[in-house]
Amino acid sequence: MPNKPRPQILVTGAAGALAQQVIKQLSDTCDIVAVDFREQVDLGNKVPSYCIDFNKRVFEDLFRRYQFEGVIHLGRVQSSELTRMRRYNANVLGTQKLLDLSQKYGIKRVIVLSTYHVYGAVAYNPALIDECAPLKSAGLSADLVDSVELENLANLYLWRYPELNVTILRACNIVGPGVRNTMSRLLSSKVAPVLAGFSPMMQFIHIDDMADAITLAWQKTTKGVFNVAPHDWVAYQQALKLCGCTRIPIASVPPVLPKTIAKILRLRSFPHYLLAFFKYPVVIDGRTFAKEFNFTPKRSLSEIFRYYRDNK
Amino acid sequence: MGLASFIRSKLISTESDNQIDRIEKPIGTLGYDPWGFNSDMVKMGMGLVRHVYEKYFRVETSGIDNIPAEGPVLIIANHSGQLPLDGILIGYALANRKVKPRLPRAMIERFFPTVPWLGNMLNEVGAVLGDPVNCAKMLENDEAIIVFPEGVRGSGKLYRDRYQLQRFGNGFMHLAMKYNAPIVPVGVVGCEETIPAIANIKPLAKALGVPYAPIALPFIFPAKVHLNFGKPMYFGGSEIPEEQVTERVEAVKSEINRLIDKGLTERKRLF
Repeated sequence: MPNKPRPQILVTGAAGALAQQVIKQLSDTCDIVAVDFREQVDLGNKVPSYCIDFNKRVFEDLFRRYQFEGVIHLGRVQSSELTRMRRYNANVLGTQKLLDLSQKYGIKRVIVLSTYHVYGAVAYNPALIDECAPLKSAGLSADLVDSVELENLANLYLWRYPELNVTILRACNIVGPGVRNTMSRLLSSKVAPVLAGFSPMMQFIHIDDMADAITLAWQKTTKGVFNVAPHDWVAYQQALKLCGCTRIPIASVPPVLPKTIAKILRLRSFPHYLLAFFKYPVVIDGRTFAKEFNFTPKRSLSEIFRYYRDNK
Repeated sequence: MGLASFIRSKLISTESDNQIDRIEKPIGTLGYDPWGFNSDMVKMGMGLVRHVYEKYFRVETSGIDNIPAEGPVLIIANHSGQLPLDGILIGYALANRKVKPRLPRAMIERFFPTVPWLGNMLNEVGAVLGDPVNCAKMLENDEAIIVFPEGVRGSGKLYRDRYQLQRFGNGFMHLAMKYNAPIVPVGVVGCEETIPAIANIKPLAKALGVPYAPIALPFIFPAKVHLNFGKPMYFGGSEIPEEQVTERVEAVKSEINRLIDKGLTERKRLF
């Protein structure tokens, strides 16, 4: 009996640590093609890697050359990177192109990595926000509009083209070795700013656990929108303490003051448009994903913080 | 010994430590729950409140055993005294109950999370933003929840309106019916006299973004406090028109009024 051909998967955001971890996990059972619009990454002989802007016509050549069965879109540009316009082009227009091509070339499974930032940080947020909660972020900061727009697009394709089997994963703070996002930079720094008098509850997921979650999502074709977060919580300032960071309080009232300070300092790890996330909690409920995909994070918060403390 | 450890050693006695430890709470690996509850802070808070409860307000409780030992329950009380002292005292009374103590959660006004330090501190000792989603999720967790259906209408009222119950919202009744949670009414007597306010400067409150700006002495009077807990009230979970929900809310309100009258009758002196 002939062997079943290995599925081919396109993984975007290949320059990121998470994508590389996912590629590593899926390489045993699938043929991976990696793409990143920022840089070309060397992923060894077995994984072809490309540096292509999704909005360029040559991007379609990848779909012509390979018989992709699935697309794992991890290439969302974070809000701390690039300019607002370039981010919009990459995240919104680029994702639209990716989804259009996925539909045109009969892709059977699409996984889109989103972020809990889409819920927005406001004082009136309840805890354990579920997937049906409104996405307030777009109304709070123009710098987060592209993240919400990306989700809206993915949602549109989820319902308009059910054959794509789109799954959107709204992850909490992804941290751990190699992660270069805002939160990971803060936890790995020796001194970290905090808003005086505020220490919101936060959730952290280890990069390996997040890669496990994406792999599980690939293995089971359940479409929909899911929060991904462990059922464990810690206050921001306590997390910094456990990572061995010295906390530098920034005046928090009136609200214009910390915003001005953040704008002047232009810290990549403490951008002014994310200040509300260091003030008010955005605690998401990841139980639906855990139940549906039988997902249990393996790395505890203590293990995550120990890594940062030991690697200062 | 650091300052935090010194304060901790002064506030936490072995007895209160054990008392809190024997109450089961759904917390994560680092001692927090999703709403910010922190077992270490609760222990310190209990140590601090013990003196206030026993020596300053000399609280007398009756019927505390009416609160079920387990399962979801809504503790509904009258609100008064400008500050949420009533919630703290009810919470301490239940946490310090000899038989099957519980650590209740208190729903607090929406402006508290915006106040530096205070918002966080309240969350750490178990207070939660007064949002129906929060209340529903906690009832799912079998928590005991203190609710003041009058909200700021009750806590911010003037001294001349003392012990006159303000309008009750219906939200708590809907949640009690949905989650089949009994309601334990509480009549609080004494907190009205802790910070008597003679007027409310509304423009100042608006400018500061707070619910009220009372004219009162900057002092908390050591009024003697009586907490009277009523028998649990059970309401069926069937879908009923809003008018009937309001009737049920009025029944709870009448019971609280009766418990307040009982406390006022029992009270021998203000201080």
